[in-house]
Amino acid sequence: MYKYDSLDQTIVNERVTQYEGQLERFLKKELTEEEFRPLRLQNGLYIQRHAPMLRVAIPYGLLSSTQLKKLADISVKYDRGYGHFSTRQNIQFNWPKLEDTPKILKELASVEMHAIQTSGNCIRNITTDQFAGVTPDEIIDPRYLAEIIRQWSTFHPEFALLPRKFKIAITGASKDRAIVQAHDIGLEVFSDINNEMAIKVWVGGGLGRTPILGSVIKESLSWKHILTYCEAILRVYNLYGRRDNMYKARIKILVKALGIDKFKQLVEREWESIKDGPNTIDESEISRIKAFFSEPNYKANKENNLKKHISNKSFSQWLLRCTHGHKKKGYRSVTLSLKSNHQAPGDATSDQMRAVALLAEQYSFGEIRVSHEQNLILADVLEDNLFELWEKAKIHQLTTPNIGLLTDIICCPGGDFCSLANAKSIPIAKSIQDIFDDMDYLHDIGEINLNISGCMNACGHHHVGHIGILGVDKDGSEWYQLTLGGNQGNFASIGKVIGPSFSEEEMPKIIKKIISTYVKNRHPDEIFIDCVSRIGLDPFKREVYGEKGGNI
Amino acid sequence: MSSQLILNNSVVNDEWQLVMPPEAETAIKKQAGKVVIFKLTGEGSLTKEQIENTTFPKDGKVVLPVSVFLHHQQDLSSRISKQEIGIWIETHEEIDSFINDIDDINKLPLISVRVKKFADGRIFSIGNLLRMKYKYKNELRAIGDVLRDQLFFLKRSGFNSFLIRKDRDAQDALLGLSDFTNSYQGAVDQKKPAWKITKRN
Repeated sequence: MYKYDSLDQTIVNERVTQYEGQLERFLKKELTEEEFRPLRLQNGLYIQRHAPMLRVAIPYGLLSSTQLKKLADISVKYDRGYGHFSTRQNIQFNWPKLEDTPKILKELASVEMHAIQTSGNCIRNITTDQFAGVTPDEIIDPRYLAEIIRQWSTFHPEFALLPRKFKIAITGASKDRAIVQAHDIGLEVFSDINNEMAIKVWVGGGLGRTPILGSVIKESLSWKHILTYCEAILRVYNLYGRRDNMYKARIKILVKALGIDKFKQLVEREWESIKDGPNTIDESEISRIKAFFSEPNYKANKENNLKKHISNKSFSQWLLRCTHGHKKKGYRSVTLSLKSNHQAPGDATSDQMRAVALLAEQYSFGEIRVSHEQNLILADVLEDNLFELWEKAKIHQLTTPNIGLLTDIICCPGGDFCSLANAKSIPIAKSIQDIFDDMDYLHDIGEINLNISGCMNACGHHHVGHIGILGVDKDGSEWYQLTLGGNQGNFASIGKVIGPSFSEEEMPKIIKKIISTYVKNRHPDEIFIDCVSRIGLDPFKREVYGEKGGNI
Repeated sequence: MSSQLILNNSVVNDEWQLVMPPEAETAIKKQAGKVVIFKLTGEGSLTKEQIENTTFPKDGKVVLPVSVFLHHQQDLSSRISKQEIGIWIETHEEIDSFINDIDDINKLPLISVRVKKFADGRIFSIGNLLRMKYKYKNELRAIGDVLRDQLFFLKRSGFNSFLIRKDRDAQDALLGLSDFTNSYQGAVDQKKPAWKITKRN
């Protein structure tokens, strides 16, 4: 993975000093609350219900075991012994003290980490496929491009104060696991007809209050121009994005209002003057960064012991659900589920973090990835070591065999923590996980993404969940709206609301009805989302709302 | 009283007089329940009446609203050649809407850009465009809600002059220019990205 040189380290160290000064000026009342707000946000610091929340960047979801151990230490020393992995591959601490934040940042800097641009109206953490570099369906490893974009976007002076937040995602596999179409800029790296690396560019996707999938602005962009083209898009957005209304300030609203053709025309005009300019990438820079992501020292393929353990039902269930194919024969990628019903989705205790760090050192070249589904991944595990790893991970409740299943719920912190939320989301997740705790049944109903957001900001990506749950506020009480038919990936789609919302108590029962409708209607081997697309929403509505069908 | 102006890394006296148009009545606009602070890019600025009724000193260095400047451009030619006339624009004004009406922007010794609120980052793109696309070479000044923590970005976007908000100390703000030793990306002040300047890793 990428290692800092003195330049990276100096930038991060100077950031800590700068932030320390900003906080000091705020505490001395030399900065007003309003003036300090954008400054603290750009350093990942929110003021939440109980305490500040600090969001730490995990660039494109990649961590070293040293870094994960440091996160565990921080969670013990400055927080309550756990952290929350977010849907943008970052980690959040829910209980730090404001005065401690500079100290936390110093500790992070000591392991090449920071909280730069994890919030605020700026370019956020670049996200990508959690299986980048190892998945068999990969065409081009997107990680080095993600790192190039990370460096370019860090403290980009022109885009320091955008109309609203700005998210970039990049994928290089034939199956999109980074939901590029739901990002302000989505990038798909591919090999063009001349076997040159090229990039397909989407713009104006996003979830939140107005969910919209991105439009293609460039079918094939040469990799050299990746930064200048993004720069042109961002310049048009910075100048013309709506600053008069924060709910209409995202780039998707601008792209919709102008239409993709007009928007593209403006972008191309800006690009004209900066194309081939100094920020154009060349071979030397690509190969410098690429070298950090070269293959680890894989062992030659040998016989594995999997056959010996295949009769162990829990293990084979886990093997099926929680491991992913690998480009290298004899290896698999392991997903450690943070979705047991003992803790909130995406949460990991300090013990779990340390355990994962050790497992990574022992079995996966000391590296860990965070997925946007809020699980942890060991990308390079020898098949021969899987059983041993499983036994060790099981002790730490990291082996729930539910990856991709109904209880692998994507969930934001919701009303228990977040001051933006309209409703709680963690208890909803738990109540669903509790009633669907029969693993055989879960495996039988198969692949289903259930995503929960506590408000329309959609941090829980509910729009692209096969089943989406959105917390809404009705006259001061918490209600939940259900959407069906959302999807991520190459065939991304936005779910449709099925009808009036439900109370917290009703939710598990409603989900049961949705699932039983699917079970009744499915064709053999038809997964949930395909069944929904085929039969439409009506059968589900009838089951849930009775003959009125939800048309109230 | 000490000066509020930072020019090329030091606090200096301001020789320029900023000319403001007469206030026009504007209705308070609301969006999503909040008073709208920012005008949209391209939204109208001064009314014809405001432009005609703007008065300014007959001599000395003055900074005129761009529309007032354009209105008087022909009569001001001798003062322009004496380097007495600068212009100022707001962040919602489109450069394209006036640039072709100005004979030669490099005859203007000063262009100021007013940012109404700290959070309005359009000023950075405007700086970049004036320097890179329109090749403006003289003093480029940020005015309005200009505070220490924008300065580093403003400098990188081509500004070399900063009029710090009245209630803040310019000496303190000056420190903001040196928050960072290095930058990753090429911008206006340093055009090359880091990897083209130093041997990395």
